[in-house]
Amino acid sequence: MAALLESLLKREVELYRALAWLRGQTECTGNDQDLLLKVRKQEFVPFLLNFLRDQSSRTLSHGATTPAKTPSSIRSSGRHRLADFMISPPESQPSPTTQQHRGRRRSGPHGPTSASRQAGARSGHLDEGGRWDGAGRKGRGGGRISEPVSPPTQVELNFNSLEDFPPVGCWFNHLPPPSATKPSRRINPTPVSAERPNSKPKSCFTSTPLSQPCSPPSIPEVLGGSPAGSSLCLQQERELLKKERYMEDIYSRFSSLSSEPQLIAPCPDPSKVTHAQELNLLAEVYCACISENLVPCVFLELFFVLQLLTTRSTSPTEDWLTVFSWLCPFTDLLEKAYLRDVHSCVYFAVRVLENQFALLSHLDRCTLRLLVENERVGTFSPALRDRLVQAQDTSTAKVLPFQPSTDNRANFSSDKAFHIFKKQRDIFYELLREWEDCHKEPGWEFEAALGHRVRAMVSQLTVAGNHCHFARLFQKQLVQMCKGPRAPGSPGDAPDADLLGVVGADGLGRLQRLQERLSQPQAPSGPCPPPSFPGPQEFFKDFLQTASCCQLNQHLKDGLCQQLLQLNEVSILGTEATSAVGAEEAGGDMDQQRFSSVLLVARLLAKFLGFISFMPYQTSEAPSKEIQEAAIALRSKSAPVLDVCAVLRSCVRRRRTVLTVPWLVEFLSMLDHTGPSLPCYRTALCLLLQLYRQLRLGKGGEQFYMNHLLLMAVLGWLFQVKHTALMWLEEQQLSTSGLNHSLPSPNSQLLYTCCPYLGEFRKLLAAFVSGSASKAGGLIRKITPTSAELPGPSTTRSQQKLHQAFFHNQPPSLRRTVEFVAERVGSNCVKHIKATLVSELVRGGENALRDGLASEGACAAKLNDSLCAQLCDAGMQALERATRFCGENAPRAVSVLLPEETSHAVLTTAESITTRLATEKACNWLSSNITTLIKREWKSSFERITRSVPCPDAGSACPPDCTHKAPLASDVIIEIKVQEVLSIATGPRSEEEVFTAQHICSILNKVAQTLSCRKVQSLLSLAEQMLLRCTVLLACKLVSGDLPLVSPAEIVRSLLDEFVLLWAHTPSGPIPFHILLSEATITRRHYLLLVKLLIEKHLLKEEEIGSQWAKMSELSWPVVMVSYIHTVNQTSIVFTPCSGLHQDIGETISFLPVLL
Amino acid sequence: MKLCRAEYKTIVKFTEQLRPTRQCMKMLKDKFPNHSQSTLLSIFSLEYQKRMKRSLVKHHTPDVIEDYYQRYRGEAAKRPADPVMLELANEVDLSPSLLARLLLERFLEEQEGAVSSKQVLNSMLREPSLIPDLQLARHVDQCTINDCCYGPLVDCIKHAIGQEHEELLRERLRERRLSFLDENQLRAKGYDKTPDIILEVPIAVEGHIVHWIESKASFGDEHSHRTYLNEQFWSYWNRFGPGMVIYWYGFLAELDCQRDRGILLKDCFPSDIVTLCYSMGSC
Repeated sequence: MAALLESLLKREVELYRALAWLRGQTECTGNDQDLLLKVRKQEFVPFLLNFLRDQSSRTLSHGATTPAKTPSSIRSSGRHRLADFMISPPESQPSPTTQQHRGRRRSGPHGPTSASRQAGARSGHLDEGGRWDGAGRKGRGGGRISEPVSPPTQVELNFNSLEDFPPVGCWFNHLPPPSATKPSRRINPTPVSAERPNSKPKSCFTSTPLSQPCSPPSIPEVLGGSPAGSSLCLQQERELLKKERYMEDIYSRFSSLSSEPQLIAPCPDPSKVTHAQELNLLAEVYCACISENLVPCVFLELFFVLQLLTTRSTSPTEDWLTVFSWLCPFTDLLEKAYLRDVHSCVYFAVRVLENQFALLSHLDRCTLRLLVENERVGTFSPALRDRLVQAQDTSTAKVLPFQPSTDNRANFSSDKAFHIFKKQRDIFYELLREWEDCHKEPGWEFEAALGHRVRAMVSQLTVAGNHCHFARLFQKQLVQMCKGPRAPGSPGDAPDADLLGVVGADGLGRLQRLQERLSQPQAPSGPCPPPSFPGPQEFFKDFLQTASCCQLNQHLKDGLCQQLLQLNEVSILGTEATSAVGAEEAGGDMDQQRFSSVLLVARLLAKFLGFISFMPYQTSEAPSKEIQEAAIALRSKSAPVLDVCAVLRSCVRRRRTVLTVPWLVEFLSMLDHTGPSLPCYRTALCLLLQLYRQLRLGKGGEQFYMNHLLLMAVLGWLFQVKHTALMWLEEQQLSTSGLNHSLPSPNSQLLYTCCPYLGEFRKLLAAFVSGSASKAGGLIRKITPTSAELPGPSTTRSQQKLHQAFFHNQPPSLRRTVEFVAERVGSNCVKHIKATLVSELVRGGENALRDGLASEGACAAKLNDSLCAQLCDAGMQALERATRFCGENAPRAVSVLLPEETSHAVLTTAESITTRLATEKACNWLSSNITTLIKREWKSSFERITRSVPCPDAGSACPPDCTHKAPLASDVIIEIKVQEVLSIATGPRSEEEVFTAQHICSILNKVAQTLSCRKVQSLLSLAEQMLLRCTVLLACKLVSGDLPLVSPAEIVRSLLDEFVLLWAHTPSGPIPFHILLSEATITRRHYLLLVKLLIEKHLLKEEEIGSQWAKMSELSWPVVMVSYIHTVNQTSIVFTPCSGLHQDIGETISFLPVLL
Repeated sequence: MKLCRAEYKTIVKFTEQLRPTRQCMKMLKDKFPNHSQSTLLSIFSLEYQKRMKRSLVKHHTPDVIEDYYQRYRGEAAKRPADPVMLELANEVDLSPSLLARLLLERFLEEQEGAVSSKQVLNSMLREPSLIPDLQLARHVDQCTINDCCYGPLVDCIKHAIGQEHEELLRERLRERRLSFLDENQLRAKGYDKTPDIILEVPIAVEGHIVHWIESKASFGDEHSHRTYLNEQFWSYWNRFGPGMVIYWYGFLAELDCQRDRGILLKDCFPSDIVTLCYSMGSC
C-alpha cells in the first residue's frame, strides 16, 4: 500500500490507472499490473486515510480530536471487551496481536497529541469509522515482522469478568473526570503481528536502537531482510514504546518552542502552497476513495477535510523542520510533509471539497452558508464558493406527491370528507414547515406554538372521519423524512419515490447526525442513551403527543403494524445460494442496499408503533409494586398490538433475526415501566436474552460477524436502557438458534445508523484511556453465555403447483421477472382498456346522446339509461381485448428482460406463464370493474353534454389565413366597456367625448378579429358571450342615440350595417339580441331599422320579436306601443299572427330563459 | 415588472384618492407613464378592493343603506337625467357597482316585499333591462359600466384575462416542447388542488426546480400573495413539490423570498430554462 502510494507520488503508477482500480474497473495491464493486483483496496484505503491523518496531525492541533485517529483500545490477550467487538469489522477482525497500545491521548494541543495519533494509526484501528481495521497491521508499523498475518482469533468473552464486561452505561458514569484520570499505561504483552513483506517500515518505528542512526530504508531492503523477525519479543515491543515516548518528547519540546507565533491567526495563502502537484494527486486519490465509498464513513472524511480547512495552527518554522529532519531524516516520498502547513492543508481541503461538491451540496443550508462565508474557500477557489452560493438555493421539498389512486375523491366517503382532507393535508405541511423553521430556536415549544392548531386539525379529522387517510399521509411522510440514510437511487427503494425525493434533502437523518457532529463533536451522551427521536422524528412524536387522538392512533397502529409485518416478510435475497453466481453477482450489492433500507424503515415504524402503543401507559416514575401487579393483571387480558413472540420465533426459524431483532428492539425500547412484566413481552424479552447469550462474535464464520455484531449491539443497548425493568429476566428455551442467517450482513454504515451510540464508545475511548474504567467498578449485571447449538435448518419444500416447480430450478431472477412483468402488463392492460375501449364507447355514446337530444320529444334521463346499458353491454368485449393485449405484450416484455442464454423452452414457458398471470390479473379486475368504470366515465360525459358545455373542439377552427395575432378578448372588452365607448355612451360624459364612424368601425373590426381567431376564444365562451353582448349594447346605444357621434344623421345607417355584418359572420354562439328588444331601446327611432336588417340577415326570427312582444304585454307595456310595433311588423316584414302569439307565450318563455 | 417597495408605495399612495372611473384611470396612467397600464390598473384594483373591504361594514348597516336609498330616490326625482347614483357612489366612496347592488336589493325588497334571491339580483345587475323600474335600470347600468373594479363586466374581463394568460403560458410551454398537464386534465384525474400547469418532467429555472406553474394575471402585492400562498401555492407545494408563480403584471420584489423553500416568482415566462437531459449530447 505504501508502495502503491509512493509509486503514485513518483508517477510510476499512472493516476488514472489507480483511480480506475479504486473504482473497480480492474483491467490492469502494463507495468503497474503487479502492484495494483497485489494491493487490496480495503487495505490501501485505510492506509491512505491514515497517511493523510498522519500528514496533517501536526497542523491539526486545534481540534480536540481528529476523529478518525483516536488511539486504539487496549486489549488484553485473549480477552476482549464488548466495545472492542462493536467497532470491529467482520472481514478483518484485528488480530489481537496487532493491537499495540501506544495510543494514548494527552490533552495538550500540540505535539503529544499528534504523536499519539500517529501511533494510533499504526495500531491499525481506524476507530471512528470502525469499518476498516487492520490497516496498520498491514501498514508500515510493523514492517520488520515477517510472520504471516494471523487469522482472526476466536476469543472467549468472559462475561463474568467485571473488567471485560462492564455494563456499558457504567463506564461513562462512573469514571472520574478526564482531568483527574492519569491514564495507566498498560502494555499489551502480545507480540506485534506480522507485516506484509512489501510494505514499508517506518524509520522512526523500527526496532533499531535509538542510538543508531536510522538508515533510510528502501523497498528492496524491506523485502530482502528487514530487521523484523518472528522472534519479536516483548522486549522489542517495549523498545517501540520507549521510542515513541522519545518522539513525543521531541515533538512536545519543539512545539513548545514554536508555540508563541501560533497566537497569531494564520492566514493561508494559495501562493505559499508547497507540493501542490502531490496534493492534487493525493486529493484525487482520496476523493476517489470517498466517491467509491471505500472510506469508513463519508461524512467522517468530510469532517476531517473541514478540520483541515479550518485549522488554526500556523506552519512550523523552518528551523523546527530542519532540526526535526536532522533528528529523524525523512528522506523518502511518503515522509515528506505534504500537509505540514496551513496553506497546504487548506489547499488540499479545498481541492477535495471541489471534487466532492455533489456531496457538499446535499448538506443543510446552514453548513453551506458557513462554507460560503469561510474566506479560505473564497481565497482558494472562488468557483467553489460560487457553486456553493448556488447550491444554497436548492429546494428542500420532500413532500409526498399527491397520488390520484389513493388521494382523489373516489377514496372518500363524501365531498365534505374529501375537502376537509384537502385542508388537513395543507395544515399538516404548514405545521411541518413551521416546525422545521422554528424548532431549533431557543424557547420554542411544540405544544405552545402548534398545539392549538394540531388539535383543531385533528378534531376536524374526527368530524370528517378521515383518520385513515390522515394516518396514511402521516405514516408515509414519517417514512419519507426519517427513513435514514440510503444510497441515492438505491434500487430497493419504494417505487413511488419520484423526483421529489431525489431533489429533496434525502437521508435527512444522516445530515442531522453530521450536523450534530459538526456542531458538538465532543458532547458525549453516554454509550447507552435512552431511546430518542432524533431529527424530524421529533416532529412526528410531538405531533402525536399533542394531538393525543385515539382514533388517529388506532389507525396509525393498524397501518404501522401492517407495513411493519409486510417489511418483515419482504424478500430481500435476490441471490439464493443454489443459483449460478455469474449472472447474479451484481445482485449482492443491491440486496445489501435493499436490506438496509428495509431494516431502517422497519426500525422507524417499530419505534413509532411502540411509542403509540405504550403511550397510554407511560409514567415518569416507575409505579409501585402493587400498582404494577394490578396493571399486569389488567393489561394481560387484552391482546397486544403485535405478537412479538410469534414474530421472534418465526424469524429465528427462518433465520431472519438480523432483520427482525433490530426492529423488535426498537419496539420494545418504547415499553412503559410495566410493559416488560406483561406475559407476552416478558416471554419475548427472555427469548431475546437467550439469543443475546448465544451470541459469540466470530462464531458461525466471518460471514455472520456483522450480523452478530449488530444483534449484540442492539440487544445490549435494549437490555441496558430497559435495565431496571429487566432485572428479573430468566432464561427461556429458544427452540432453535437464531444465529444462522439467511439475509445479507449489515454493513458498518447500517450498524452505526442503527446504533449511533456506538460512536459514544469511541468518544469515550478518546477521552479516557481504557483500563481504568473497570477499576472504577460498578458492574451491575452479568450474563453467562450458554453455548449455542447451531443445527442446520432442514429445508423441506413441499411440492406445489406446476409452475412453482418450474421456477424452483430456475434462477430466482426469472420468477421475479415473470411476476413483475405479469403485474405490470396486467395493470397496463387495464389502463389500455380504459384509454381505448372505454373512451371509444363513451365517445360513441356522446354522439348518440347528442343525436338523441336533438330529436323531438327527447328525454335526457331515458336516453341516459338506455345508452348506459348499451355501453355496459359493449364493455364486455373488454375481456377479449385484454386477453389479446396481454398475449401480445407480456411475451415481448419477458423476452427482453430475460438473459440471452435462457433456453428456448424456458423462455417460452416463462412467456406463457407471464401471459397467463397478466391476463388473469387484468381480466379479474375488468370483469368486476368494467361496468363501474364505464358508468363513471359515462356519467361525467353525460353531465357535460346535458349541461351543454360546448365541446371544446366543435367548430373551432381559425380561418385558414389566421395568424393568431388577434387582439385579446379582454383587451377588446376593456376598450368597449370600461375605457371608452360604452362608458361614455352611458354617461356621464364631457362634451369632447365624441366618436367618429371610423372609431366605431375599428372597434367592430377588432371584435371580428378576436371572434374569428378560435385559438384562445374557444376556451373562453364567457368572454366571447360578453364581447357579443357588448356589441349588441353598443348597437342599442347607437339606435337609441346615446352614442355621441360626430355626425350621427349620416352614419347611423352605415354603422348599423357594419354591426349586422359582424353578427352575420360571427362563427359561434347565440347573439343576445333580446337586449335589443328590451323596453329601454324599443321606443327609439332606429329600432325598426335595425330589426329589419336583422330579420333580413336571418339573424332574428319573427318568433323572437313575437316573444318580446308577448313579454312586453305581460309587463303591461303601453298598448299603443305594442300595437305600433305590431302594425309595423305586419306591414313591413313577415307577419306572425297575433292570435298565435298568445298561445305561444309558454313556449317562448322557455325559449328565452335569460329574460326570465 | 418587479417593483421595489418604495415605488410600489408611491403608486399605492396615489391610488388612495382615486375612484374606479375611466377618468381616474387616465390620471393614474398619466402620473406614472413609465409603468405598464396593466400593472397600474392591477395595483389600483387590488388597493381599491382592499379599501372596499375595509369600509364594507360601514356601508352595510341597514340604516346607512336606507339613507343611501332615500337620498338616491330624492335626487333621482329631482334630477332624473343626471347620473345621480354614480355621484352618490363617488360621494360616499363606495364602488358604484356595489352601491347599485345595495340599492337594487333595497328597491326589490320594497317592491316584492321580500328579500330577492342572489340569482335574481345578479341577473338584473348583468342585464339592467330586466329591472322593472326604467330609471333605476339606467342608473344601475351607468354604475356598472363606469366601475372598473367591480361588477359583472369586470368579473368577465378578469376571467378572460386570467384565461388568456393561462393560454399564453401553455403556448410558451408548447413552444419549449415542455410536456405538461393542465388544470382540466388534473381535475379529471381527481386531484384535489390543481395548479394551472403541472410539468410532466420538471425543469430548473434560475437553479430552482419547478414542478408546477401557476399563472396570475394580476399584480402580486403583499396581501394577495399571502392569500395565494395560503390557499394555493403552499397547497401545491405540499402535493407536487417546488414550483413557480408567474405574476404577469409584476409583483413586489421582496415577496420573492420563498425561492429556497420552493416557490419561485416571475413576472414573465422565464427565458433560461434548464431541462433534464435525456441522453448524452442532447442538452
